[in-house]
Amino acid sequence: MYWHCFMGVLKREMLKFWQQRSRLLSALVRPLLWLIVFAAGFRSALGLSMIEPYETYILYDEYIVPGLAAMIVLFNSMQGSLSMVYDREMGSMKVLLMSPFPREFLLCSKLVGNALISALQVYVFFIIAALLSIQVSLLGYLYALPVIFFLALFLGSLGLLLANYIKQLENFAGVMNFVIFPMFFLSSALYPLWKMREASEVLYWICFINPFSSGVELLRFSMYEKFALNECIVMAFVTVVCFFAAVKSFEPKSNKPRKPG
Amino acid sequence: MRLQVENLSYHFGNKKALNNVSFSLSSGFNILLGPNGAGKSTLFSLLTGLRRVSEGRILINELSMKSQRQNVMRHLGVVFQENTLDLDLTVYQNLDYFASLHGLKTENALTRIEDVLEHLGLSSRLGDKVRSLNGGHRRRLEIARSLLHQPSCLLFDEPTVGLDIESRQLILTFVHEYVKRTDALVLWATHLLEEVAQDDHLLLLANGELKGDDVCGNLIAANGVDTVSALFNKYTKKDKN
Repeated sequence: MYWHCFMGVLKREMLKFWQQRSRLLSALVRPLLWLIVFAAGFRSALGLSMIEPYETYILYDEYIVPGLAAMIVLFNSMQGSLSMVYDREMGSMKVLLMSPFPREFLLCSKLVGNALISALQVYVFFIIAALLSIQVSLLGYLYALPVIFFLALFLGSLGLLLANYIKQLENFAGVMNFVIFPMFFLSSALYPLWKMREASEVLYWICFINPFSSGVELLRFSMYEKFALNECIVMAFVTVVCFFAAVKSFEPKSNKPRKPG
Repeated sequence: MRLQVENLSYHFGNKKALNNVSFSLSSGFNILLGPNGAGKSTLFSLLTGLRRVSEGRILINELSMKSQRQNVMRHLGVVFQENTLDLDLTVYQNLDYFASLHGLKTENALTRIEDVLEHLGLSSRLGDKVRSLNGGHRRRLEIARSLLHQPSCLLFDEPTVGLDIESRQLILTFVHEYVKRTDALVLWATHLLEEVAQDDHLLLLANGELKGDDVCGNLIAANGVDTVSALFNKYTKKDKN
């Protein structure tokens, strides 16, 4: 019975994605612009010293590929939260909440569906990057898969949590400005943290504690067949916290009378 | 099948939406009648577990909504006042999604309600997008969907609002026949007096309080009025004063 339910939720996520095929295009345009245009312009300006997990000097294009892959997951997860708000406004959220299965299970199924879509988008991006001669080993692509899922679960949980506080679709612009952009730019996605430290110690620490940085680094290490234990622990912690906070926020509301005075 | 509501109260801030409501219903067609703002939708959101019961209790077949929500949900079929269908999916895909949310194989579930789909004129529209259906067909689909898992307790929150007389009558007749055939319990919330028959069990809700709980004919007689309309006016006018 759980299997039917899980597959049903997954199927719906896939159907919705299939209906919005332009989502794939828009998910790819953004990182490809960064990779082709931005990276070309900054290649010579941004010199990178040899840092882990790289074993040799690398070009800037190669450096930003894991960050851009994480960017795809970030945008797709926030798109997931947007669709939750849409479902709530359209009333179809009630159908999900009326299921006899535990809400943790239902939300988790939704997150896995979202993670699958993220993985699909990221691998299409990897293929295009490989065509542009930016590639890693086959094993690197394989190791990246669980990390992409992990990152998608974290960002999806965060998206679910946000969906509860976004009262209307129109408020989604706020999420772009206050969540997506700060999370992306204040991370190691586009520049190594030591570069940021040279510019500002405060910004460095903000980037350092940003869990999205941990996700990016975990992905970067996995793509080079290495494992970043600390980043993995941070990711596990924030994923669990965000997921249970999201589940809690989906609990039925209870209103007791306010005490006078 | 038995639906028991005991001393149920609910507040929005300091405003009391439901005040110490108690009733007990058994299988058959039951009407919850009340004007707009009487507390019908609040009662429904508590009965469907979308809001948590904080004062009083709800038992469905002796199962508590508070502590056994998941088991209760297996017995419940619900049609909400507003649309809850996914407009971008087809009729079949909507039914498929709902069946899976109840852990059912779609083919089995659809076979069981084949006659329902036929009767409601949906059999030939399984491949159509819900967006292309008119209001009446969307409501029929919501009703068919609520029957997919063969629930024994059906909660309909003003399911005919905004429909033309023909569609309204078709749905009402269908539900009455369904109750006779299956011995299910139906709680049908409405503010439309023409949907109330003399032999229906009637719960009269006004201003968050239960004003009447009996067979409609008995309530009319006990209140010394001639019609449902007069009975309705008696309580709703009193509330406004």
